[in-house]
Amino acid sequence: MVAFTLRRIAISIPILIASSFVVFLLGTAAGDPLDPLLGRNPPIPQATIDAERVRLHLDQPVLERYWNWLVGLFSGDFGPSVKQNLDIGSEIFARFGITMRLIAFAMLIALVLAVVVGVVSAVKQYSVVDYSATFLGFLFLSMPAFWFAILLKQGGIAFNNTVGEQVVYTIGDASVPPPTDTFARFADIAGHIVLPTIALALISYAAWSRFQRASMLEVMNSDYVRLARSKGLSRRRVMVKHALRTALIPLVTVTALDLAAIISGAVVTETVFQWRGMGDFLLESIRTEDVYALQAWLLLTAIVVIGFNLIADLLYAVLDPRIRYA
Amino acid sequence: MTEPVLEVEDLHVTFPTDDGLVTAVRGVSYRLRPGEVLGIVGESGSGKSVTSLAVMGLLPATARVTGSARYRGRELLGASDSELSGIRGKNVAMIFQDPMTSLNPVYSVGYQIAEAVRAHNDVSKQAAMSRAIELLDTVRIPNAAERAASYPHELSGGMRQRVVIAIAMANDPDVIIADEPTTALDVTVQAQIMQALETAKTATGAAMVLITHDLGVIAGQADRVMVMYAGKLVEAGSAEDVFYTPRMPYTLGLLGSLPRLDQKSKQLTPIVGAPPSLINMPPGCPFTPRCPLAQPVCDEIEPPLAATTSLDHLAACHFSSELVEAKPDDVFNTEVADTKALAEFVRQTEGGP
Amino acid sequence: MPEPVTPPPVSGPAAEPSTAAEPTRPAGAPPEREFTVSERSQGQLVVRRFLQHRLAVVSLIVLAALVLLAYVGGALWRYDAGEITPDNSVAPSLAHPFGTDAVGKDQFAQVLRGTQISLQIALLVALFATIFGTLWGAFAGYFRGAVDGTLMRIADLILTLPLLAVAAMLGHQFGGTWWLVALVIAGLQWAYVSRVARGVVLSLREKEFVEAARALGASDARIILRHLIPNALGSIIVNATILVAVAILLETALSFLGFGVQSPDTSLGLLVSEAQTASVTRPWLFYFPGLFIILIALTINFIGDGLRDAFDPQQTKVRA
Repeated sequence: MVAFTLRRIAISIPILIASSFVVFLLGTAAGDPLDPLLGRNPPIPQATIDAERVRLHLDQPVLERYWNWLVGLFSGDFGPSVKQNLDIGSEIFARFGITMRLIAFAMLIALVLAVVVGVVSAVKQYSVVDYSATFLGFLFLSMPAFWFAILLKQGGIAFNNTVGEQVVYTIGDASVPPPTDTFARFADIAGHIVLPTIALALISYAAWSRFQRASMLEVMNSDYVRLARSKGLSRRRVMVKHALRTALIPLVTVTALDLAAIISGAVVTETVFQWRGMGDFLLESIRTEDVYALQAWLLLTAIVVIGFNLIADLLYAVLDPRIRYA
Repeated sequence: MTEPVLEVEDLHVTFPTDDGLVTAVRGVSYRLRPGEVLGIVGESGSGKSVTSLAVMGLLPATARVTGSARYRGRELLGASDSELSGIRGKNVAMIFQDPMTSLNPVYSVGYQIAEAVRAHNDVSKQAAMSRAIELLDTVRIPNAAERAASYPHELSGGMRQRVVIAIAMANDPDVIIADEPTTALDVTVQAQIMQALETAKTATGAAMVLITHDLGVIAGQADRVMVMYAGKLVEAGSAEDVFYTPRMPYTLGLLGSLPRLDQKSKQLTPIVGAPPSLINMPPGCPFTPRCPLAQPVCDEIEPPLAATTSLDHLAACHFSSELVEAKPDDVFNTEVADTKALAEFVRQTEGGP
Repeated sequence: MPEPVTPPPVSGPAAEPSTAAEPTRPAGAPPEREFTVSERSQGQLVVRRFLQHRLAVVSLIVLAALVLLAYVGGALWRYDAGEITPDNSVAPSLAHPFGTDAVGKDQFAQVLRGTQISLQIALLVALFATIFGTLWGAFAGYFRGAVDGTLMRIADLILTLPLLAVAAMLGHQFGGTWWLVALVIAGLQWAYVSRVARGVVLSLREKEFVEAARALGASDARIILRHLIPNALGSIIVNATILVAVAILLETALSFLGFGVQSPDTSLGLLVSEAQTASVTRPWLFYFPGLFIILIALTINFIGDGLRDAFDPQQTKVRA
């Protein structure tokens, strides 16, 4: 098991490095930060443009620029932003915390819901519960996240109006300034996170519940479940200790594989609910063609995704003894 | 006559499929006496596995089961799941065909045996585990104490099947149903498994239902033999009766298709054709299209199981009396169809390098 | 045929033909026993199973109707997409079934145009991504070793990046027209297809028919193209439909953010984006585009589900 872990970690490192190169190329392809300067009226003096070019290292050949950037990363330097006073590193980490809060919460809820609904659907196959859950699942899978988020916003405002108080928030991740009382602070965060979480969780939940249902059905019809029943174990014990236990394993991998898509979903959700998180940072950087900011964004998400996949791999090996020597 | 430990009466099992209703089992009845070994022989699709799964209550929910199956007088069909759970694994145990998929891959083999013990006995985990190690030893798994912690994928097919046998033995059941226990294994391993089954039988004193399509496996072990074809019993009797004086052409054909080392080399008797579709079966005997003795009456009326050489020896054939003293190659056509090709083949193999 | 045994005298019941005989059977012929199920080809089986999936069939009809509506309806409709009419912010009426926006553009025409765009992009993405991804994955799965490693590492690298983010970056640079957006999306989604194709080919290449083909002297290319890919077709087609649904949602999300299809053309996502603030005051601007997106994606998802069942039915009903 230890050898397996070390091997997996060792493999991740070249992947990360290759990823950083791809990230760098993508950033370069995403635009020329000097473009907005060229079209200005009154025109900016050439000397300023040249100085900017040097500041952004755009005078260096691509590979040299990549190397310098990579080396700089190790000392926490993410490179210069087009906004002169912006420290990419500190800004992005602050935003990262906000977004990860949303993603973690949404994934947790989606996972729990998906397992419950998936298992119930499988156990009561072809029942009314199964058919309605399946239909709803398809519906959520087909629903554009941004549209649904706007709908939730509307619903939230209507809810607040009926209750007469601002219970759920539709803008931002926390009130400004945040309440001082711990309980009020907690309620404030909760109120801000509830709607975006629903929006983000729903689509993952739909995909995962269908997957879990299929996985559970397959396991329920397996030979070892039949043997377990022939041993005289109670139906409940067979369902939980034999069927569910093995049916949950593939979900681990699926969750990890979907992480990149969830991050995409978070971008959209944050835009609708106006959170100042990674999503907002990304869109702003694209619009200003802030190459280094974009690279930092992509690199950070790549690290998160690769790291999460690594954890999922290890978890899978813990849960399934068959692959420990792979 | 001792009380039968398992009694099946007029069992019918139907499944709905895309193409129609499949009647996999059409009126099977038998009695199993304590300590007896009953061999059920038949081709794939003859319904032999379904019969046993129906008795255990392990068929999918879409199956329709009618008739009666009684364990020591207690009706099993239609019983509640908790009632059946009390009987499964404790009084009636089952061994399945494919050892590669019968065991749960995420639990150790020791755990899975101990689980069977604790399902019916209120003992501690350690006590159950020692019993598991004991059982592993009984079925001749080397280094039982260490092996108990192994996972199924770390064991060979033969060893896995022995673990399954150990699980079946765990609570000293009265009946062990072995559903094609050797089919998925190499021939060399088959003997070991049959030996392990023998051990299980003597250790528990259980009666055994041995289901297989391999007559050789039955020959050494069974007291009584039942032959199934297209969901029906076509012959039943003691092993001697069925092997030496078969009274149903299908049985004769089966025996004739078995290569024998103890007899002068003769030609094997292949049975032409294939088993019938089980959907919308026409009236009459299902073996008719392949039977060399077939007559118009065979198409119209299904022969009942009737006594032949003795009251215990039953066969379902209108012309069972024709089979007195018959040898397989008397009844079945063993003539070579293409003599030219055979001559060519002989020329090539004998004239070759 | 030699008669080894002389037929015995019939001792059973009189030889009277059974009255239960099938009327269409020729007189005197023995009853059909072996084949009560008629022979069917693989393709026919797939189609038949698909037709049993009612929801998928309904979805196919609805989708076909949508396509007709979008193109034929769009062409015949009295207003063009983007055409400015004198009626501003009108609620749905006979003249304007989906109402108009603040500038006076007829929303019915807009939504139909947006539907056209979504369908066109989805088709283009499905085509490019599937063909490219399948070849990529099939080669990787077939040759294994270093080839597999390199090819799949590249695919994996693309998969670690959030599609929307990368598509937004590239869309900002190259976007605007619908086919460029389609190319950007396809340029990223092929990686998913390659994973699936590789998986299928990996399991298929061990099968006997591949060995047989190789023994007959087939070249690698021939084995991949003529044997492996046709057998993998089921999984690939099912995956392609999922891809199409995802592509539609991705394109609308991109356009919503402003990095997909841009003015003067329109997209369902763009329409929703423009209607964000009006969702309560002028709901027709918000709901119609959204419902159309849902309808397109939903029908495609159901069709995909039907295809999945058709190619690989879950045999939970029969056990011999």
